[in-house]
Amino acid sequence: MSFPSDSPADPVASGEPLLSVRGLKVHFPVHRGVLLRRVAGHVRAVDGVDLDVARGMTYGLVGESGCGKSTLGKAVLRLVEPTSGTVLFNGADIGGQSPEDMRRLRRHMQMVFQDPLASLNPRQSVESALTEPLRAHGFTGDRSRRVRELLDLVGMPSGAAGRYPHEFSGGQRQRIGIARAIALNPELIIADEPVSALDVSIQAQIVNLLEDLQKELGLTYVVVAHDLAVVRHVSDVIGVMYLGALVEESSSDALYAQPLHPYTIALMSAIPIPDPEVEERRRRILLTGDLPSPMNIPPGCRFHTRCPFRQPTRCADEPPGLREARPGRKVACHWAEEIAAGSIRAAASAHDPTATEVGTPSP
Amino acid sequence: MVFRQRGRADVRAVDGVSFSVSPGETVGLVGESGCGKSVTSLAIMGLLPKRGVRVEGSVAFDGTELLALPPDKLRALRGRELAVVFQDPMTSLNPVVPIGTQVTEVLTRHRGLSNGEARREAADLLRRVGIPDPSRRLREYPHQLSGGMRQRALIATALACRPRLLIADEPTTALDVTIQAQILELLRTLVAESGTALILITHDLGVVAGMCDTVHVMYSGRIVERAPRHDLFRDPRHPYTGGLLASVPRLDQPRGARLEPIKGSPRDTIPWATGCAFAPRCPNRIEACTPEAPELVGERHALRCVNPLRSAPEAKVVPR
Repeated sequence: MSFPSDSPADPVASGEPLLSVRGLKVHFPVHRGVLLRRVAGHVRAVDGVDLDVARGMTYGLVGESGCGKSTLGKAVLRLVEPTSGTVLFNGADIGGQSPEDMRRLRRHMQMVFQDPLASLNPRQSVESALTEPLRAHGFTGDRSRRVRELLDLVGMPSGAAGRYPHEFSGGQRQRIGIARAIALNPELIIADEPVSALDVSIQAQIVNLLEDLQKELGLTYVVVAHDLAVVRHVSDVIGVMYLGALVEESSSDALYAQPLHPYTIALMSAIPIPDPEVEERRRRILLTGDLPSPMNIPPGCRFHTRCPFRQPTRCADEPPGLREARPGRKVACHWAEEIAAGSIRAAASAHDPTATEVGTPSP
Repeated sequence: MVFRQRGRADVRAVDGVSFSVSPGETVGLVGESGCGKSVTSLAIMGLLPKRGVRVEGSVAFDGTELLALPPDKLRALRGRELAVVFQDPMTSLNPVVPIGTQVTEVLTRHRGLSNGEARREAADLLRRVGIPDPSRRLREYPHQLSGGMRQRALIATALACRPRLLIADEPTTALDVTIQAQILELLRTLVAESGTALILITHDLGVVAGMCDTVHVMYSGRIVERAPRHDLFRDPRHPYTGGLLASVPRLDQPRGARLEPIKGSPRDTIPWATGCAFAPRCPNRIEACTPEAPELVGERHALRCVNPLRSAPEAKVVPR
């Protein structure tokens, strides 16, 4: 690649994670009043997250809307400013970088967005959208050759270069978004819901493309998504988020073989499986009530207000830390072992959709 | 209920779709965006604009021809006997009217309840759909409710008059999976307890697998496969149905297998007048696919395809 040499800290000894996040918090102040504007509270979107992403791996972040997974993804790229905590990329703390150093660093960390139509300029041709990052980062080679190369990598004809975003289907647009993200040969790509805006038959094409590119270019991914089936398919390690915090982290296979955290258990039992026989036999654990407001996170375990396995002690007053419950598996639940062993069972009320009074957060 | 209908003059959105729903039955319409499944629901409810749209065929509801009904008669039926729940509750609820007024309006209008009775009934409805603290929620506006609660409030208004036919058009697509599970459970209970006929429109094969008795797979405005759900999922015969099932990763199957997407995109469809609309994307395409479009043939398991997927060997009976 013909780029000015400004590679970040030399590739460190293997085994060192490419991305390392410690105690990351992103709190947004909420203001009240017009004349006397004062801070009425904070939305704790990300509330103390630690995670490591190994080189060449895919880390999947799952959780429901409002759990802070997208904010976490953006904070890693410093697209939103973290309130506290550190993000180490290749050993360099991105929090301490000057704007110019940060700009250079971004060459190595790129983002793929959910809605390609919203993230591509409708009045910019594909060629222009793809050469812009090249120009901005001082690419000295043959730009139009690089554009053709990129289009070929993402499975688009080179004739696409002169056309505009509206001329393409959703899947093709997402391919262009991906081509733009890989234009600078990044090491890390954060993909925020990369397939959820696409038709079912197209999603698989994009999933396969992301996998191929990872193999070919040695990319490291953080995939943020709500669709657990897709995340499981692409990820090596999965972190499950609830109300701004990781509640469980595990290898993808182990997580799906036996989820340990009650929230993960409920989440997985809620996912419909396209097979009527499986659907009829499986046991569903329905969560009651709604997600509490991230401005007002419940004390103790943040999930205790909706937890079907809630116990009279510890859950309401003692916040569980993310601990290693089994080798390589972290879970933030006091009772994970008992639940896994079957000695604590889900409350009966959790199966009754009308029993919403149980477990709803008090206002 | 049997109906046939044709879509717009130039763009044929829906072409010769026929199906029926019985009380207590759930029928699924499955397909991707643009396949005409939502237009079908609008046509049944008589909600398509009069100008620029030509609807042909018949929509018979309990012997009444809905397409021939004058607007005021249809309006009286809608909301009482027929109800519909759309995908996005924010566009169906009036943002400047409290939830309570929107639920009680149906009750006072169609069931002739007094205001007091209607309020009590409305609170009861909200409780039934799982909204906690209903009397407080009745005074609130749609924006004060979460997405899941809005959808439940909308379902409450749809259920207010105990409709005999409910159309749910992507009722859970905008919601999180745990909330989706609650709403689907609610719909299941409704169908089982009150014998409502449910038409469920969705793109999610998982939702269909757990809900529908009969499934209609639509592609480009026509039904390409119709079967009882067990037959459809065990033995998909149309290449489009098979392709859809092969392209979604499944939680209950080992990881690592590569997904098999359907090639191209719904844009690559050809008009039915020139052959099978799916032919350009079809892995089983043969010469007979064009220029004559195949007919939907078969009784229990109907198929619109000249070169279907091979039938799966008789599946072993799953022990209960």
